[in-house]
Amino acid sequence: MELFKIKRDIPFMSYGRYTTAISLVTFLLAIFFLAYKGLNFGVDFTGGTVMEVHYAQPADLVKVREHLAANNLPEVQVQNFGSSHDVLIQIPLKQNVVGAKLSEHVMAVLHKQDAAVEMRRVEFVGPQVGRDLIENGAMALLLVSLGIVGYLWIRFEWKFGLSAIIANLHDVVIILGFFAFFQWEFSLSVLAAVLAVLGYSVNESVVVFDRIRENFRKMRKAEVAEIIDNAITRTMSRTIITHGSTQMMVGAMLFLGGETLHYFAMALTIGIMFSIYSSVLVASPILMWLGVSREDFIKPEKVEAEEVLP
Amino acid sequence: MNRYPLWKNLLILAALLAGLIYTLPNFYGESPAVQILPLRSSMKADAALLGRVEDALRTANLNVEMVALDGNSIKARFADTDVQLKAKDVLNSQLGEDYVVALNLLPRSPRWLTSMHALPMYLGLDLRGGVHFLLQVDMKAALDKALEAATGDIRSALREENIAYSGVSRDGNNLLVKFRDVESRSKAEEQLKQRFSDYALTAKDQAGEFMLQATLKPEAEHRIQESAVQQNLLTLRNRVNELGVAEPVIQQQGADRVVVQLPGVQDTARAKDILGRTATLEVRMVDDEHQIAAGGVAPFGTEMFKDREGNTLLVKKQVMLTGERINDAQPGFDNRNNEPAVHINLDGVGARKFKEATRENVGKRMAIILFEKGKGEIITAPVIREEIGGGRVQISGKMSTEEAQDTSLLLRAGALAAPMEIVEERTVGPSLGADNISRGFNSTKIGFMLIAVFMVAYYLMFGTISVLALAANLLLLIALLSMLQATLTLPGMAGIALTLGMAIDSNVLINERIREELRNGMSPQAAINAGYENAFATIVDSNITNLIAGIALFLFGSGPIKGFAVVLCLGILTSMFSSVMVSRAITNLVYGRRAKLNKISIG
Repeated sequence: MELFKIKRDIPFMSYGRYTTAISLVTFLLAIFFLAYKGLNFGVDFTGGTVMEVHYAQPADLVKVREHLAANNLPEVQVQNFGSSHDVLIQIPLKQNVVGAKLSEHVMAVLHKQDAAVEMRRVEFVGPQVGRDLIENGAMALLLVSLGIVGYLWIRFEWKFGLSAIIANLHDVVIILGFFAFFQWEFSLSVLAAVLAVLGYSVNESVVVFDRIRENFRKMRKAEVAEIIDNAITRTMSRTIITHGSTQMMVGAMLFLGGETLHYFAMALTIGIMFSIYSSVLVASPILMWLGVSREDFIKPEKVEAEEVLP
Repeated sequence: MNRYPLWKNLLILAALLAGLIYTLPNFYGESPAVQILPLRSSMKADAALLGRVEDALRTANLNVEMVALDGNSIKARFADTDVQLKAKDVLNSQLGEDYVVALNLLPRSPRWLTSMHALPMYLGLDLRGGVHFLLQVDMKAALDKALEAATGDIRSALREENIAYSGVSRDGNNLLVKFRDVESRSKAEEQLKQRFSDYALTAKDQAGEFMLQATLKPEAEHRIQESAVQQNLLTLRNRVNELGVAEPVIQQQGADRVVVQLPGVQDTARAKDILGRTATLEVRMVDDEHQIAAGGVAPFGTEMFKDREGNTLLVKKQVMLTGERINDAQPGFDNRNNEPAVHINLDGVGARKFKEATRENVGKRMAIILFEKGKGEIITAPVIREEIGGGRVQISGKMSTEEAQDTSLLLRAGALAAPMEIVEERTVGPSLGADNISRGFNSTKIGFMLIAVFMVAYYLMFGTISVLALAANLLLLIALLSMLQATLTLPGMAGIALTLGMAIDSNVLINERIREELRNGMSPQAAINAGYENAFATIVDSNITNLIAGIALFLFGSGPIKGFAVVLCLGILTSMFSSVMVSRAITNLVYGRRAKLNKISIG
C-alpha cells in the first residue's frame, strides 16, 4: 500500500507567500486570544485547592453547591468531572485560612450531607509554589529553545536553527492560543506537553533540513527553491505517516486516558497538527528568505596564490 | 552486506533477554504485606526479632507466604488484605511500642528474580495513592530565634565579665550594644569577638552614644538556615516513623523546602497533625526519696514517667527548665575520657536557671522529659555532679554513639528550629490511583494496537519488523524503568505512550527510504542497506532535539512532570537502539541470508 505517489515535485516554495500569510494570521489570532482572554491557569499555577470526590449515585451539583454555600463556603466552584458521579470542587486561595486545613473542612461538610461521599484527590498549592512553577516553566521553555537552536547550528547552520525555532515557537503560541480561546485549563501536564511538542516538531524540521542538505550535494545544478521543493515532496509521505502514527497513540490517550490526560493529549494533538504545517510551510520559506545557499555546506576550495618573494 | 556479525546479534539478544528478565516482575503483581521497623535507629531488626514475628504469626494461625529480614526491617507477605490486617493487629500487640508495624505491598515475583534485584516499577503517588506534602521552613523565624538567643547571650557575657553597658537591642538583622564610655566598649569588643565568632563587630558613635554593632556573618546565616532545615528534616523523619508508613520519602528540596511523601496514607488529617505537632521538653528533678506506692500511685507532688528502657521513675512536678531554653544539642565526646556525650547549649535565661538549680541539687538526678501527644517520656536522667554555669551542659556516661545521636535529636525536637508551613498538598485516593493505572495502560495498549495494524497493512513484512522493534522498545523501556526504580507517574505512563508513538518515526523513515531507493532502481539488498545507512543521521538528529526537550523538562520540572521527563529521555535512548539495531537484526535475519533476492515485501 502506498498513499502518496507523487510523480513531480510540488512547488511549495512558490506558495510561500500564501502559506506564510495563513500562518501569520493564525499566529496573530492566537496572540490576540492570549492577550484578550488569557490562559485559564490551573491550580498548579494560581494556587488554591482542588478536590475530586466520588458519589455512589449521580451527584446533584445544585444541592452540593447550596450545601457548601450554607456552610460558609460560597466562593467554591462545583462541577462534574468525567462522569456524573464525580465532582470537582475548586476553592480559590483565601487570606487568613491555612490552605492545608481547608480541604479537611470541606470534606467534613460534604460528609454531613452524604456520608458515602469518597475522597478521590486533593490538590492544594500555596501561592509561592505557583509562582515558582511559572518561573521554572519559562526557564524550561527558554532552555529548550536555546538548546535546539544551538544543536541545529552545530549540526547544520545558524539559518536552520533560527528558522526551525521560529516555526516551532509559532506552534507553541498557537497551542497556547487554542487553550486561551476555549479556556481549557492550563495545568502542569499541559506545560509538559507543550515542551514535548517543541522537541517533537523540531524533529520534523530536522528531517526536511537533512534532505535539503543532501540535495545541495546531489542536485548540483538546481535552484534553491527546487531543492527545497524536492526535499519536502520526498519526505511528505514519511511526515504524514509518522504524525499519523503518533496521533493514533495520542488519540488513544485523548479518549481513553481519563480527565487528567485529556488536556495533555489535546495539547499534543494541536501541536502535532500544526507542526506538520509549520515545519513544511513555515520553516522552509524562512530558511529560503534567510538566504540559504550551496556555499553554506560546500565550502569553495581555497586557491592558494603563489607568492613572489624578493 | 545485510548481515550482522555474531557479536552484534549476541549483544542484541543479551539486551532483549535482560529486558525480559527485568520486565518480568511487573507481571507477577504485588501482594499485601506488613513491614516491621524498629522505632529507634539504635535498635536493630535481627534474627531474634524475626523469630518473634514468626512465632507471633504461627500462634495466631495466620497463613504467611513469606517472612524475611531485609535490611533493618522484617517483611511478611500475605495472600490477601484480610490476613494482612489481622497480622498487623497481632504484631502490634505482641511487639509493643518499640516497633512500627506498617502496611505495605511486596512484589509477588519468585525468589530468583528478587535475588537479581529485578523489581516491579516503582509507582508514584498518583498511581498507588497517598499523600504528598511540600513544607516550607520559615527561615526568617530561624534567624529571629538565633538573634534572640544571641541578645540574651551577649547580656549575660557582659555581666559575667563585669563590663558596664546600657542596653542591647535588635535592629533588623543587627544587634546594637550601647555603652557609656569608650573603654568599656573596647573591652567588650575584645570579649565578644572571642565568644561570638558568628558575628562581625563594628564600633559606631551616634548622638553621643558609644555603640557596638554585631552583624551576623553571611556564612553563619547560611549555616543557621541549613541546620534549621536539617533539624526539621530529622524531626519529621522521627514523626513519620510513628505514622507507620512503609516507604516514606522525606527530602530537602531547594534551599528551604522539604518534601514528604507518604504512600498509601489515606488519613491526611492525622498525617498533618503528626507532622505539625510540636513536642515540648521539660527538665525536672527525679524524686529518689519516695517509693512508688503499691497500687502504682505517685506520692503527692510527683509524677511517674517511664524512661526509654521501660523503667519507671518518680519525678517532681516542679519544672526547672523548658525546651524553649535549649538553643542546640549536639552529639559529641566527653573531653575527659572520650566517651560519647551530648552537648547542650542553653540560652541566657536558661543558663542562669540551670546554674541555680544545679547548685542546689548536687549529687541528685535530674530528668529530661519529652512530651508528645500529652504523653511524657524520660529521655535521660543523669546525676548532677557539680554546679553548671555558662549554659553549656554535657550529658555523658553509659551511652553509645547512636544513643548520643538519638538523644540529641530528641532534645532538639523539643525545640523545632523553625516553624514549617504546608505550601503544597497532593492526595490521591487508592481508587483513583487504580483507575489511573488502568486508563494509562488501556490507552497505551489501544494506541499500540492501532499502530501495529496500520504498520503491518502499510509496509507488510517491513511493517511487521517495525512493530517487533517497537515491542522490543516497550520491553526495554519498562525493563530500564524497573531496573532504575524510577518513579512511574501518570504523566510518566503518558510518556511511555508518547515515546512509542514517536519511536515509530525512525522505522517509518527507514522504510520510506528503502522504498525510495528501490524506486531509484537499486537492488533489494542494496536498497535495504542504503535505507538504513541514509536514515541513520536523520534519526540521530531528530532524537537529539527530543532529548534536549526531555532534559530541560527534567531539570525544571517538578513532581509528576519529572516522571514524564525521565520516561521521555529513557524512551528516546531505547527507541534509538531498538528501531535501528533490533529492526536491522530482524531484517538481516529475514532477508540478509538470501544470496539472490528479487523482491522484498515492503508494500
